Amino acid sequence: MNTAAADTEPLDIPPIPDWWNRRHLLDTESLSVKEITLILDTAEQFKQITDKGRRKLSLLSNRIVSNMFFEDSTRTRTSFGLAASRLGADLIQFTTSSSSLSKGETLIDTAKTIEAMNVDVMVVRHRTPGTPHMISENVGCALINAGDGPHEHPTQGLLDVLTIRQHRGTLEGLTVAMVGDINHSRTARSNIWVLKKLGAHVIVCGPSTLVSPQWESIGVEVCYDLDEIVPRCDVLNLLRIQFERQYTRPFPSVREYALLYAMNKERMKRAKQDIMIMAPGPINRGVEITPEVADGPHSVILHQVTNGIAIRMAVLWLIAGSQESH
Amino acid sequence: MSEILIQNGRVIDPQSGLDEVTDLLIRDGQIAGVGTGSGDAPSVIDASNRIVAPGLVDTHVQLREPGFEEDETIESGGRAALAGGFSSIACLANTNPPIDTPAGVEFIRQKAARARQAHVHVIGCISKNRDGKELAEIGTLVESGAVAFSDAPAPLASTDLMRRALQYCLMFDKPIFSHAEVPELSQEGIMHEGVTSLILGLSGMPADAEDVMTSRDLRLAESTGGRLHLLNISSRDSVEQVRRAKARDLHVTAGICAAHFSLTDEPLRSFDSNYKVNPPLRDQQHLDACIAGLVDGTIDVITSGHAPRAREKKMRELDLAPYGMVQLETTLSLVIMNLIAPGHLDWSSALAKLTCNPAGVLGISKGTLAVGADADVVIIDPDVEWTLSLDQLASRSQNTPLGGRLLRGRAETVLVGGEVRYGKPL
Repeated sequence: MNTAAADTEPLDIPPIPDWWNRRHLLDTESLSVKEITLILDTAEQFKQITDKGRRKLSLLSNRIVSNMFFEDSTRTRTSFGLAASRLGADLIQFTTSSSSLSKGETLIDTAKTIEAMNVDVMVVRHRTPGTPHMISENVGCALINAGDGPHEHPTQGLLDVLTIRQHRGTLEGLTVAMVGDINHSRTARSNIWVLKKLGAHVIVCGPSTLVSPQWESIGVEVCYDLDEIVPRCDVLNLLRIQFERQYTRPFPSVREYALLYAMNKERMKRAKQDIMIMAPGPINRGVEITPEVADGPHSVILHQVTNGIAIRMAVLWLIAGSQESH
Repeated sequence: MSEILIQNGRVIDPQSGLDEVTDLLIRDGQIAGVGTGSGDAPSVIDASNRIVAPGLVDTHVQLREPGFEEDETIESGGRAALAGGFSSIACLANTNPPIDTPAGVEFIRQKAARARQAHVHVIGCISKNRDGKELAEIGTLVESGAVAFSDAPAPLASTDLMRRALQYCLMFDKPIFSHAEVPELSQEGIMHEGVTSLILGLSGMPADAEDVMTSRDLRLAESTGGRLHLLNISSRDSVEQVRRAKARDLHVTAGICAAHFSLTDEPLRSFDSNYKVNPPLRDQQHLDACIAGLVDGTIDVITSGHAPRAREKKMRELDLAPYGMVQLETTLSLVIMNLIAPGHLDWSSALAKLTCNPAGVLGISKGTLAVGADADVVIIDPDVEWTLSLDQLASRSQNTPLGGRLLRGRAETVLVGGEVRYGKPL
């Protein structure tokens, strides 16, 4: 493919509509259907452009994006980094090990220091819910939540929904189940809000110590029996069991978890013909998903990764492209 | 001989049941009498359209000195107390060093006497170094003036130690103040475990953590015969447990922080660490149950639960920010707005929970307008509307989510021993 030729083609990015006025993307709970649709449509356009071989745009060439990851992450950090560079933005990588936090500086002082370097967008991951909100109230630049503890991971929810929409055309009327540690999952929360707003029926499934019955109060079906729900599902999103987040082991053994909740060949036999198998990754093969399912024809796990870049380009563009430079 | 006449106010003394518009005469720092016509005192305070009551009494505040003077000092905390209408406060032992020696008790008493703000009564540690292992020298602490014993705001996790403490304090007739919480259930959580914590992904402290410990403490109070005061109950089941215990004539009392009948866990959606308190703010059902407990007398005492924390400590990630809210200067308004105005409590029964009841729990001769009592008096403007401005707080800390809120009712004048220590001088 001749990428040089592709780079000279005119861009077909429609202007950011006037009604879009978000400074930050902190959660999906507060997004309107209109906003969600704009993000998904914009991501789709970026995807088409990059799929054609165009590696780099210059839409954010006068912007600085800072990846501020206070918690380990390879995938999301890389995805945001790639999205920023494809839009032509400059990127600062900030990780805790290289920071002053270990020298006793408070988080807000650190954020203000980074901001003073004329950063336009901060992409923040932190172990504690609400930390991106707290930073956004103390700095002037735009902020994207890249995961705040078990609270939200908005771009993950959006990219999962984009993946479903690409395969099914619509979310309306689909049954989407998330399986695993729902109570500690930011992916589950960000998915739930977007899925419900777009008209899907959402089921959460997992051990009763990790799936509170109170999820029903926000209009989500709770089920503890994977075999019961498999035949009803259009989409199964298999969340990673997050061993590091629980104080006391909420289930007796990984073996028992896999027995009850792993998506395997036998369970696939009872699934709908066109079921989509998703996983936000990193996956524990043999725990929540067996290799033949993860690598099988129904799996869209790698599509999710590709869509992740498109969603993050869309969010960066909508947030940083609509604002005055620092 | 010095005389002050507080004229024409609505004088309420919950202990005696007095509630009428009349005059209150103070002579030589003591209450000299109630009634009109005591006429020609040299100093007169006009209390028309005001409520005149015994100075408020708080069973537990944190004064943070010694050790954490960046949060509060005995002087600034005493000043904040007066601004909130409190003339007597009891301070918890969570200082550094903790108050587990006579020297510690003496230090606070001297500092407070020198500060000449509200009276400060000292709560001693139950355990040495407040580490929950061995009994502190409680007898010595009683001799030096400690009025009650508590490791609060930490719970006493050891059941054995709680049992011994209740038994041991019996011989001094001193109460044990319990912060009821099972630490392994609350896991240093950030907020009440419920729908809101589930949506926010914030670690929850289940009501079970409070209720299981309340149950243990009530059981031990019954078997030992010791004096138990539950400092700050906040859950529906704990209220019910205390109600049943009282029906069995158990000698227990219970208090509630003003925040717990005023705020739910819902505002934590803002992720404002000023809402992070322990026990946590719970949902509407728990709040309603607490109000019912206040109404039927299950809950005897209203406290500020004043827990000052410096800005730099609160301005951190929610898991690192400490628990606590400054409340001395807002408690009276919250009582007026959330209990009296909606008709849950009348003035006299609300004031009982702020005066004679806490004085009884502490075993101090305060909270009364009886003739001969110390003239600790508060004059309250029940209707004034005011906006809480954080930089005008007397407290050294500003960790309250109520900044900028419109509040109703506040203390206008506070006399301590017949001397005006807050409000317009005579």
